[in-house]
Amino acid sequence: MNRILAASLLGLSLATSSLAHAEPVKIGVITTLSGGGAGLGIDMRDAFTLAIKQSGNKDVELVIEDDAQKPELAVQIAEKMIQGDKVDLMTGIIWSNLAMAVVPNTVAQDVIYLSPNAGPSALAGANCNPNYFNVAYQNDNFHEAMGQYANKDYKNAFILAPNYPAGKDALTGFKRYYKGALSGEIYTQVGQTDYAAEIAQIRASGADSVYFFLPGGMGIAFMKQYAQSGVNIPVMGPGFSFSQDVLPAIGDAALGVKNSATWSKDLDNEANKQFVEAFKAEYKRLPSIYAAQSWDTANLILAALSKASVKDKDAFRTALKAADFKSVRGEFAFNNNNHPIQNIYVREVVKEADGVLTNKIIATAFEDHKDAYAEKCSM
Amino acid sequence: MFTALLIEQLLNGLQLGLMLFLMAAGLTLIFGVMGLINLAHGSLYMIGAFACATVAAATGSFWIGLIASLTAAAGVGAIIEVAVIRRLYDRDHLDQVLATFALILILSEGSRWLFGSFPLYLDIPPVLQGAVPLPGGGQYQLYRLAIIGVGIAVAAGLYMLISKTRLGMRIRAGESDREMIGALGVDIGTLYTVVFALGAALAGLAGALVGALQSVQVGMGEPVLILAFVVIVIGGIGSIKGALVGAVIVGVVDTMGRFLLPSLLALTMPASQATTIGAALASMLIYVVMALILAFRPSGLFAAQS
Repeated sequence: MNRILAASLLGLSLATSSLAHAEPVKIGVITTLSGGGAGLGIDMRDAFTLAIKQSGNKDVELVIEDDAQKPELAVQIAEKMIQGDKVDLMTGIIWSNLAMAVVPNTVAQDVIYLSPNAGPSALAGANCNPNYFNVAYQNDNFHEAMGQYANKDYKNAFILAPNYPAGKDALTGFKRYYKGALSGEIYTQVGQTDYAAEIAQIRASGADSVYFFLPGGMGIAFMKQYAQSGVNIPVMGPGFSFSQDVLPAIGDAALGVKNSATWSKDLDNEANKQFVEAFKAEYKRLPSIYAAQSWDTANLILAALSKASVKDKDAFRTALKAADFKSVRGEFAFNNNNHPIQNIYVREVVKEADGVLTNKIIATAFEDHKDAYAEKCSM
Repeated sequence: MFTALLIEQLLNGLQLGLMLFLMAAGLTLIFGVMGLINLAHGSLYMIGAFACATVAAATGSFWIGLIASLTAAAGVGAIIEVAVIRRLYDRDHLDQVLATFALILILSEGSRWLFGSFPLYLDIPPVLQGAVPLPGGGQYQLYRLAIIGVGIAVAAGLYMLISKTRLGMRIRAGESDREMIGALGVDIGTLYTVVFALGAALAGLAGALVGALQSVQVGMGEPVLILAFVVIVIGGIGSIKGALVGAVIVGVVDTMGRFLLPSLLALTMPASQATTIGAALASMLIYVVMALILAFRPSGLFAAQS
């Protein structure tokens, strides 16, 4: 009898202790860690792991895999993470074409996906999904902001972007708010490194400004070649074209260029100061916008975990949607389609006293901006 | 204005072509002499660019960087040949492809480990900055003209080397009968190492020259490698002359396609559709040209005897 009592007491105490400890949470991170786009993915991974580490939450386990910027590889990894690793949440994808390959299938299997960067329009409107949260932006947003800002000074812009979902969203977004004429519109190849042919067309077009969206190495190549070509039509871009990961490689050619973003190193709020300090201390470099969005993604997850169990999907989704965390971008809320409502700023590339190129906010293009697709979403 | 733009685009095509020639010449030389498919050629291009960017940043001189890129690429090429490639000559092409693909992974990860994942900065030297006027009112970047010049000089130099020197004679002999020149007392091992290092140095030179235009980063070699393979398939595998002609064809067709196709399509459909479809077609164009050439000349334009 005593033995049974002791055993049941032991059983009870084990049960209560497992209640006190939250159950482990497995997060699958698919991001680009090799190839030309690796700089973006590495910033994403570094900020994410740093945020988890700083929170001291020991229950979070990360499964990190490299997609090499290849959609077919990303799909295989996602399948492995869902079926094999049994992850509770997924995040990490940088590129919209990879997101389009992975996200619809992932959310259909009732796994929650949080996007730290890509926000293709196809997932924001009629095909929105309660399991898909975009913590970054809808792809059009940055470009809408720059289109709005361009109205101030320019009447005849030349626009170019790569031929993939985010490239098309980019130019659509720019044109949605830009009221002037277009002297040309070009779609380049993804991964293209030589822009001599495009720059010759820009020179001949008689444009008064150039708007380009070319993330990663493409933008470096374009901006260097543009500066070297001697064409002096002013350029503008979204923040991605002048993000901290590419500025050192572009060099002084970027000085003075205006670009739009939801975040900047000098954005004045407590969370941002802490983030920039922590990132600099840990990795000895300045964070990029990809790092900022990824940091927010990690903190959103951590905030939701403190309110609800990840096993209770409904409660967890509600906790995520509340967006009850300190964003480095300041005010942050989710719209009905689980895409952000946030401010978008115009930044200028400046050189700091120590010779480091970085961005400074000079204007606010939109306050509490929502994307154009939300009304088509039935959630 | 249109003539000026056309001339500028033709020069752009020529410049892209001659840059591809620097890559393709080494690739086709190595294939012609040793019968080896070297997928790691793109990595040698990357090594050239990294060496140039690092040394130029340390010394402040692009020219010292350029010498460093040649030395580094030739050095790594020679080491790779002695350590790995030498074991592959008698093997099947599949083994060669597997081994050289492994080399790509090793060299890429090695560069990432040494230099990090973020692109390096390399600018064109001050002497070559600026543009020169073109007939018809356009202008053309001096540095790109210099690349065209280097490409032509390398083509002429390779021609002299192969047709007029003792080394060239051995290379030609090695292409036609490698057992026989071995039997005649030529040290075939050294010859192979020299040829491989020469090809590697050309790739390194291309990497350094292009590194000043683009971003110097891990994985920059592979897209160029694919184009270089298209070039040697069009030109005829093993033929330097074929590589030159093929490279210029690919460079001009690619540039003119990107430039003209969207505007041609815009005559028949709305502008935004035309740019999208034009861009998609332009990216296929060189492969269409390759397929057409192979349909009529299955072994390329200037096939070496096999």
